[in-house]
Amino acid sequence: MSNISGAFEKGKAFIPFITCGDPDLETTAAVVREAVKNGADLIELGIPFSDPTAEGPVIQGANIRALAGGVTTDKIFDLVRELRTDVKIPLVFMTYANVVFSYGAEKFISTCRDIGIDGIILPDLPYEERDEFEPVCQKYGIALIPLIAPTSKNRIAMIAKAAEGFIYVVSSLGVTGERKEITTDIGSIVKVIRENTSLPCAVGFGISTPEQAKKMSALSDGAIVGSAIIKIIEKYGKDAAPYVGEYVRSMKQAM
Amino acid sequence: MSQSKGRFGIHGGQYIPETLMNAVIELEDTYNRYKDDPEFNAELTALLNDYAGRPSRLYFAEKMTKDLGGAKIYLKREDLNHTGSHKINNVLGQALLAKKMGKTRLIAETGAGQHGVATATAAALLGMECVVFMGEEDTKRQALNVYRMKLLGSEVIPVKTGTATLKDAVSEAMREWTKRIDDTHYCLGSVMGPHPFPTIVRDFQSVISREIKAQLLEKEGRLPDAVLACVGGGSNAMGSFYHFIGDESVRLIGCEAAGRGIDTFETAATVNTGRLGIFHGMKSYFCQDKFGQIAPVYSISAGLDYPGIGPEHAYLHDIGRAEYVPVTDDEAVEAFEYLSKTEGVIPAIESAHAVAYARKIAPQMDRDKIIVITLSGRGDKDCAAIARYRGEDIYE
Repeated sequence: MSNISGAFEKGKAFIPFITCGDPDLETTAAVVREAVKNGADLIELGIPFSDPTAEGPVIQGANIRALAGGVTTDKIFDLVRELRTDVKIPLVFMTYANVVFSYGAEKFISTCRDIGIDGIILPDLPYEERDEFEPVCQKYGIALIPLIAPTSKNRIAMIAKAAEGFIYVVSSLGVTGERKEITTDIGSIVKVIRENTSLPCAVGFGISTPEQAKKMSALSDGAIVGSAIIKIIEKYGKDAAPYVGEYVRSMKQAM
Repeated sequence: MSQSKGRFGIHGGQYIPETLMNAVIELEDTYNRYKDDPEFNAELTALLNDYAGRPSRLYFAEKMTKDLGGAKIYLKREDLNHTGSHKINNVLGQALLAKKMGKTRLIAETGAGQHGVATATAAALLGMECVVFMGEEDTKRQALNVYRMKLLGSEVIPVKTGTATLKDAVSEAMREWTKRIDDTHYCLGSVMGPHPFPTIVRDFQSVISREIKAQLLEKEGRLPDAVLACVGGGSNAMGSFYHFIGDESVRLIGCEAAGRGIDTFETAATVNTGRLGIFHGMKSYFCQDKFGQIAPVYSISAGLDYPGIGPEHAYLHDIGRAEYVPVTDDEAVEAFEYLSKTEGVIPAIESAHAVAYARKIAPQMDRDKIIVITLSGRGDKDCAAIARYRGEDIYE
């Protein structure tokens, strides 16, 4: 897990989210490398799921495009193996519980270790269901990264105490996607997290502009951006890598 | 140490975004506070009896019994409830709970539209706002129910993602709930989703088996030999089975929608073709590919066109207490026509799946045996679609 904490040691962390295989795996590899080159500190690699219930329309679209293109969990493992020949920053998977469960938790999580994945984020695995995968994650040294939401309230301390890797602070109610304004009192959520763990926390959901990234990372240890990047990939398709690189640079500079 | 709640054997649980956890905990606490509260139960019973028309009839289908020449057949007439299906049993209970939690808005998913109509009805009655999510494909095959919901003052949102059917309507309702929790209750329509929904919906639907038991004791002085009900998510089946689970002599038979057959990809028979997975808040059986991607299922019946099954059914299957059998589109349509002509009762195409299986087993049973078929809903809504299936174009 030392690899993940490293992402937060050089100032505020910028964390892009990329859906693997949208529009194809070659583009994903190019986008990841451009993001690394332009200052990404940790990357969330999305394994697409047919019915992503925590995603807004933009990331839902990326999931559909990737699956229509024939991407599978095995092909994404191959992608990570190839990326790890030169990509050194922490990489975590973001996907849904059934993708891990149906592959076989032991097989999925041991493969994560073998190919150099540092953690897993599962938006449909709340604290109460951690035991589904947590013991296996422990066994292979993969961080099971929890989410804390604006509605978590009395649950924050409990989740923070059991957390590993970093804590994903969900900025707003609802699903993923850009928001004009983030009105949640992030500061007071982070305060409770800090009282219960020394792990870093990064804010995601709804962040798209450099101003938002600056504001959110000032209140925490980093900013996570998904939909805004997926929109660039949706717009430029196979040629998206340099445009994502440019965007990552502008966000990182603002933080 | 984390603690998973709402388990039926290995099934169930609460696999949902953290954003919703306090909402389901609040629901569980509220339910536990009111489920044995005399005042709450008096209020619910009054609504069920005076508004929804309970108890529903247990009708001896004499002509069908004679025609099939085997077991005696009784029909549990949930189709005669207000709004035309069993869905109202659960909705009235949940709407009252929502009121107790201070919620002013109900959201719901719907497949055939029966649960949507029931929710829209309860919202109208109790002065609540209502939004129903319905797959766009289903809004076309169940256009009449869309109009009914709008007439009742509800907003109907066609869901265009995925297969644009029930599964996608559930996903969209869950997304909507994460957006707006304070004033909104998600009135889930089946014995599925995260705990406590499978338990709450089962309890509110268990009135069906409680009545069957009492009514049959009065008419025949004994328990039935088999209880049949159709299964999508499984709410009418769970309600029909519940009070018989301890009576081991009673066969419990859930009839799944096989679509064009369980050897094709165009099927929704979860127990017969699916495998263990985690989706829509629960661990249970799901139709899925080898990488866990949920399969695009198919059935002529919009209400059974769902890739999963409630966790308690999955458990009853595991322990061998209930049987889950596949029934094809063709068999269901034939049963739809058969019951209409034989008994003058037009069943919902969903319920026709159970009628179809009864036609198979009744002739093989002795005449002193008794079968109860739950007619979960009435078939008016299906007439246009069945006519089209038979190559006849009629105006709705």
